Amino acid sequence: MGIDLSKLNLNKDNTPHMNNAQAAEFNAMEQGTYFKNINSDLADKGFVITSVEDIIAWARTGSLWWMTFGLACCAVEMMHTAMSRYDVERFGFAPRGSPRHSDVMIVAGTLTNKMAPAMRKVYDQMAEPRYVISMGSCANGGGYYHYSYSVVRGCDRIVPVDIYVPGCPPSAEALLYGILQLQKKIRRTVSFER
Amino acid sequence: MKLNETLEEFGDYIVKALGDDVSDYVVAYDELTILSRRDKIVEVLTFLRDDKNCKFTVLIDVCGADYPMRARRFDVVYHMLSMKKNFRIRVKLTTGEETAVPSVVPLFSSANWYERETWDMYGIMFAGHPDLRRLLSDYGFEGHPLRKDFPLTGYVELRYSEEEKRVVYEPVKLVQEFRDFDFMSPWEGAKYILPADKQTEEGAKD
Repeated sequence: MGIDLSKLNLNKDNTPHMNNAQAAEFNAMEQGTYFKNINSDLADKGFVITSVEDIIAWARTGSLWWMTFGLACCAVEMMHTAMSRYDVERFGFAPRGSPRHSDVMIVAGTLTNKMAPAMRKVYDQMAEPRYVISMGSCANGGGYYHYSYSVVRGCDRIVPVDIYVPGCPPSAEALLYGILQLQKKIRRTVSFER
Repeated sequence: MKLNETLEEFGDYIVKALGDDVSDYVVAYDELTILSRRDKIVEVLTFLRDDKNCKFTVLIDVCGADYPMRARRFDVVYHMLSMKKNFRIRVKLTTGEETAVPSVVPLFSSANWYERETWDMYGIMFAGHPDLRRLLSDYGFEGHPLRKDFPLTGYVELRYSEEEKRVVYEPVKLVQEFRDFDFMSPWEGAKYILPADKQTEEGAKD
C-alpha cells in the first residue's frame, strides 16, 4: 500500500471533512510518520534533537501499564484487546494486577454503588501520572442501568476520565482505538513544572 | 398417561401425605405448585426431601414476590429438584411484612444466601436464620428494592467529593425523568391514547 506523505500535515490534529475510516487511516499514517521521521533522522545524522518533554512523553506512551478493572461484559472485550489478535502489548500496553504498578485504569463495565468506593480506592493507589479509560455505555453514563437504584450514572462521578470509549460493549478494535487516542493525548499534553 | 394427570396424581399424593401442612396444589403450564402453610414450611420441605417417592434433594432457589394489594402481601417461592425422579416442584407460601417465615437453612444450606437475598430484596423475615444480613445491595442501603412501592431510581446516588476526599451519598437528582417507550408491552399495555392514535380516531369520525 502506497502512502502519499505529501498529503499529510503533521501538526493538524483533526480533519472534519473525513469520514471515520479515512480519519482512522489518517491517524495511523500520522503516527507512522512520526516514528518514520525520527528513524530517518537517526539514520541520516546519527543523532536526534528533541526536548526532554517530548522524549518523556514518548517514553510514557510506549509503556502504559493498565490496571484491569473488569466489572462486567466489557471486561471480555478488554481481554480480547489484550489477546493475540489485537495484542496491545505491542504498544507497551501491558496488563497489571496491582494499581501500584499501573498507569492507566480501564473501567470496563457497570459501576455499581457498592463498587464505587472500592474503585476510588484503587484509583487513589495508582501512582502519578495516571489515566482513566471509561469503556462502554455503563461506565460512560450508566447506560442501560442509568435509572437504576444501584448503579453510578457514569464513572466520571467517581474518578476523572481521560478517554470515553462508546459501545455496548465496545469492540476490541474500539478499545484499541481509545488506547491509541490516549497515547496521542499524552503526547500532546505532557508538560513539566519547572 | 398425560403429563397433567401425572402431575395431579403426584399433587394429590403430596397433599394427602402432608394433611394440614399444605392448603392445596396447582397444576399450571405443566408445572406442579404446592401451596404450603407458612409455619409448616420446614415440615413440608423435609417431607419433600426425605419421602422415597419425592427425593427433592436439591433446593434450587428461594425467592419472593410482592402483591401490594393483598393483606399478606408477599409470596415466598421455593424451587426444588429431584435428581432421583428427574422432576421439579414449586412450593409457595404467603406472608406479610411483620410475620416471619421459618428458615429452612437447617435443611438446605443453600437456602442461606437465598434467604438473605429475599430479605434484601423484599424485607421478608426468616426466623432462625443464622446470619440474616443484606446480600446484594450496598452497605447501609435503605429500603427493599424489589418491593412494588420502591422507586426505580431509589433515593440516593453517589459522587466523589473532592473536599471530603471520599465517595459521598446524595439525594437522587435526575437530569431527565425515566420514560417508558414500550407501548406494546403485553405486561403493561398502553395506559393512555397516543397522539397519533387520537388523530386517526378523529380522522375516522370526519
